[in-house]
Amino acid sequence: MTDTPPRHRPKMRLPIEWLGILPFVLFALLFLILPTMKIVIGAFQTPEGSFTLQNLIDLNTDSIRRAYWTSIKLSMITALLGCAMGFAMAAAVVFGGLPKRIRSPLLTFSGVASNFAGVPLAFAFIATLGPAGLVTLWLKTEFGINLRAMGFNLLSFWGLVVTYLFFQIPLMILIIIPALDGLKREWREAAAVLGATGAQYWRMVALPILFPSLLGTFALLFANSFGAVATAFALTGPQLNIVPIKLFAQIRGDVLGNPNLGYALAFGMIVITGLANVTYIVLRTRSERWLK
Amino acid sequence: MAFLDLTNLEKTFGANRVVKDFNLGIDKGEFVSLLGPSGCGKTTVLRMVAGFETPTSGSIRIDGQDVTDQRTNQRAIGMMFQAYALFPNMTVADNVAFGLKVKGISRAEREARVAEMLRLIGLPDLATRFPFQLSGGQQQRVALARALAPRPRVLLLDEPLSALDAKVRVSLRNEIRVIQRELGITTIFVTHDQEEAMSISDRIVVMNGGIAEQAGAPFEIYNNPRTRFVAGFVGTLNMFTATVESQQDGLLTVAGQRVLLPKGPITARDGDTVTLALRPEAIRLGRAEGREVVMPATIDEVHFLGSVIRVRARVAGTVVALDTFNRPDQPPPPVGSAAEISFAASDVILLPE
Repeated sequence: MTDTPPRHRPKMRLPIEWLGILPFVLFALLFLILPTMKIVIGAFQTPEGSFTLQNLIDLNTDSIRRAYWTSIKLSMITALLGCAMGFAMAAAVVFGGLPKRIRSPLLTFSGVASNFAGVPLAFAFIATLGPAGLVTLWLKTEFGINLRAMGFNLLSFWGLVVTYLFFQIPLMILIIIPALDGLKREWREAAAVLGATGAQYWRMVALPILFPSLLGTFALLFANSFGAVATAFALTGPQLNIVPIKLFAQIRGDVLGNPNLGYALAFGMIVITGLANVTYIVLRTRSERWLK
Repeated sequence: MAFLDLTNLEKTFGANRVVKDFNLGIDKGEFVSLLGPSGCGKTTVLRMVAGFETPTSGSIRIDGQDVTDQRTNQRAIGMMFQAYALFPNMTVADNVAFGLKVKGISRAEREARVAEMLRLIGLPDLATRFPFQLSGGQQQRVALARALAPRPRVLLLDEPLSALDAKVRVSLRNEIRVIQRELGITTIFVTHDQEEAMSISDRIVVMNGGIAEQAGAPFEIYNNPRTRFVAGFVGTLNMFTATVESQQDGLLTVAGQRVLLPKGPITARDGDTVTLALRPEAIRLGRAEGREVVMPATIDEVHFLGSVIRVRARVAGTVVALDTFNRPDQPPPPVGSAAEISFAASDVILLPE
């Protein structure tokens, strides 16, 4: 007969290591997961609560299709321009030989500007680049440049693009500077010593290394722009046909008269953002084969 | 004329003169180490040769061609860095082929050269691996292959072994030397590790405060240091204060013991105080044949290192380190015991004041 060692039952204990993230979990549950579930469920319900696909079918109207397309275009353009301009500025700060004292104020400003949106931003742009704005009048009186005559209208699609860039560019700067800092000096020097020009180094080494970060930032900028409503509404009112404004109008309850169609609009936004993220994840996975 | 000529090189950063009137000629195929403590200017010299830093004055010539104002990518130089510096987004093969690719070499030629280089470094099967899948030693081998693939005129090694563990370090330094000899490539090796420099180099340049204190073969540097700094920096040194009895005869007194230097007259005057130096291996514990100077000592510390026992003994108020081989039939002396040390006057190094 063999002696079996006595079994020790593991003691039950509170998982206190999870306590730290409890406030975040609660916050995410109450203000992200539950509202999202409500949107998704509501998109498939009639106002009386029964199941329907009619809300999704109703999205396929000319006005709503155009709203989605305008939103996607706006988000793509501001994300692309934000990435390009923010990258150029960040690269100038990190590699351009600018004095070190420039970096800290630029980062502080970027932190503020990337969160500067909504009514204050719209007002700032109306006061500067609006039809009677400070800059508009200054350009007209001092240099004879008439922005209006040149086709620029702040309260239009391109006006919104310019306004969105005010927070898109700083956001790009904030995110990409640490990635640029991560490019080792030795990589640049090794490339040079092996005979590569600056352009060859960027094309063959630096940009492929930065690609996952650039891709991630682009996705974030896209989502940032796609979901923005306060700035757009404060700047153009209900006249610009983009999805968040349509959705906002629906929430106010006096335009569409069908809250469940509003849920379907929001559901459509979730699907588009989800698809953008899936594309991002696939591209990132492909480009990150060389990472652990 | 030397293959690589550094003439009157100077480098200042602001008010700080980092390299001062540095002159060095390196023959084709020679392996020269720049040895010195941190901040002595050795890396700055290397970076000037690479073209990463522009000399404040002076010139750099490779094979008779003045490259002082040439860009780095035009100098045809290979370099290994301390932190490997492999491109993380490329496989081993792509890393090795990089220099050939930017030169516009055809794919077939590139592939053949990459295969040849990977065979040379003993990693022919790792072509498709990424740098993160390699050990530190393997990464540094790949870095060597990458540096050599475009057939550079000069190879620069910037402390390439310092990030590796001790065992890999020794084996890789031997491999680097074998490959360097095989290819006959002119090489500059920067290190602060004297053992590394002595074991691998044809010639060592000991640097201090931006100047070359002494240049010579490792044997010469170790046994005949020309300055107090070189004597102290290269190897362990025991120093004694001595009084000159007869400048003409080279006769000195150390703690009451007379030491007659076989090299004859010395530059100091009679009655002057001078500093004598002895390597640990020149001193014996106890009396020994051929070691005519004998001094009483007290054993302070005994460190058993395996084949060698390092003993620290107090001699005339000075702590002296001496090495003795381990002999199973002769246990090391107990700490605190009285003993004698002996050395030959011919092993004494008279340090310049």
